[in-house]
Amino acid sequence: MAPDMLFSLLWKALLQTVHMVAVAGVIGSLIGLPIGIFLATSGRGELFPAPTVNKIVGAIVNATRSTPFIILVVAIIPFTRLVTGTSIGTAAAIVPLTIATIPFVARLAESAIREVDKGLIEAARAMGATPLQIVFKVLLAEAKPGLTLALTLTLVSLVGYSAMVGAVGGGGLGDLGIRYGYQRFMPEVMFAVVVVLIVLVQAIQTSGDMLARRFDKKARKN
Amino acid sequence: MSHENSAPAAGPTGAMVAFENATKRFGGTKGEPAFTALDGVDLTVPRGAITGIIGRSGAGKSTLIRLVNGLEKASSGRVVVDGVEVGALGETGLRDLRRQVGMIFQHFNLLSSRTAFDNIALPLEIAGMDRKAIRDRVAPLVDLVGLGDKAGRYPAELSGGQKQRIGIARALATEPKLLLSDEATSALDPETTQSILKLLKDINRDLGLTVLLITHEMEVVKTIASQVAVIDKGKIVENGRTFDVFTAPKHETTQSLLAVAIGAKLPEWIRTDLKPVPAPGDRALVRLVFFGETAFQPLTARLVAEIGPDVNILAGAIDEIAGEPFGSLVVSYAADPQTLERARSFFQQTRLTTEVLGYGA
Repeated sequence: MAPDMLFSLLWKALLQTVHMVAVAGVIGSLIGLPIGIFLATSGRGELFPAPTVNKIVGAIVNATRSTPFIILVVAIIPFTRLVTGTSIGTAAAIVPLTIATIPFVARLAESAIREVDKGLIEAARAMGATPLQIVFKVLLAEAKPGLTLALTLTLVSLVGYSAMVGAVGGGGLGDLGIRYGYQRFMPEVMFAVVVVLIVLVQAIQTSGDMLARRFDKKARKN
Repeated sequence: MSHENSAPAAGPTGAMVAFENATKRFGGTKGEPAFTALDGVDLTVPRGAITGIIGRSGAGKSTLIRLVNGLEKASSGRVVVDGVEVGALGETGLRDLRRQVGMIFQHFNLLSSRTAFDNIALPLEIAGMDRKAIRDRVAPLVDLVGLGDKAGRYPAELSGGQKQRIGIARALATEPKLLLSDEATSALDPETTQSILKLLKDINRDLGLTVLLITHEMEVVKTIASQVAVIDKGKIVENGRTFDVFTAPKHETTQSLLAVAIGAKLPEWIRTDLKPVPAPGDRALVRLVFFGETAFQPLTARLVAEIGPDVNILAGAIDEIAGEPFGSLVVSYAADPQTLERARSFFQQTRLTTEVLGYGA
């Protein structure tokens, strides 16, 4: 393949991947984070005790997470069509990616929030804080480094998931690799795709780590 | 000097905190037996004083202090803080109460993501105070606790003592009328403990703030608490003026807690060899406590004169409880009937407080 053609294919595929990952990441996190906060604070004797709802939400989250992504993509096609009016293309691919992101973020956020020392919650209660003040001023503030790493991990996983949405014509880097590199026996395309993916994932991880380190005031920085 | 178990007299406006038959049970649902953490506690905490509650781990002291600001609710009985019954308050009422009751913790419980300054500001933010007012309130507090140059530091950059100073400043931010201290010095080394206790004492004196502290360390109570209550298995077993309770402990919990902290200490090898009843040829080991008028008598000379030249001094110390001096002496003498009788009548004459530690060769 001519280098300029390869470059143009790669560029288009990269933009599609970034588009899918960004939109699914943002929407999925906006929905997943509150669910994670709920899961972390609604157990028996916690800030918003609702143990039954907590168990139900937890079960739904587990069910979604245990469904293999490629099956999820196919299974929710009717829903995807309802939302986007079509079941193929990049926009259609964003729907299953978002659905998969929500429980992923929820669980990671839950565990990041549960890492916060219970003593801080008690101290805040002793100051007369409302449960919502505790969530925003204590839990989210203290879990910020953990949440940042959770969102980083989410984006990296999304890059991997997005390779599978070629199955519904979603495009992106994974799709390019499969169609050109594998089905048309063009190893140079496959190689180029892998290199771009590695660079993309590295970039996400490195910036996530840097951000998390900046938020983390627990380590002495002398 | 009164050794009654009566509660200290309340001021004209009543006690700051009163526990009335307060009981707290945990669990007891789903057929499990309930655990009784507090069992009918009656106790008053006088205004303006430092009151210490001491007990071993699991005695119920953490639960007791948490009843005061409603972090735990009594299963039965009442807890009254400055005339308000805590159990009757709703969520809003509880939040108002908590803004008038500061609390400090064993592990400081500071937000690692906030600087010292912002940690102290947190209760004020929670109370909805504006930025400017917060700054005006926090700055003098930083100075009060002696952290003037550390305001911009994060907790991870500070020592344990400095962290507790932030904790204290934070607890004082809302200008409370009562300060609760939950094992505030238990995670600190002895020297830092003393400096934190001094700070608490100064605050009590300068701001007239009532302090209620719980601890398992006799040293803490001895150093700053003018009133003490000893708690064991969920019950208050002894309480009164610290000096009275500590110089004449009645309950065995008090005695054993005191044995490690106060006055003359015996070497471990003597202690472990002691028997509760004398065998022929054994010697009696007795602890004498002298304070008030007895502190000024030439005791040792009279001891030898009255009991016999055989009296041996094993250990002795002059100590201070809540600012009052007292001495203690561990002596041994032959445990034969005549000597024991001479000693008994001598102790009675001089009204010395004595405690037979045991008998040994």
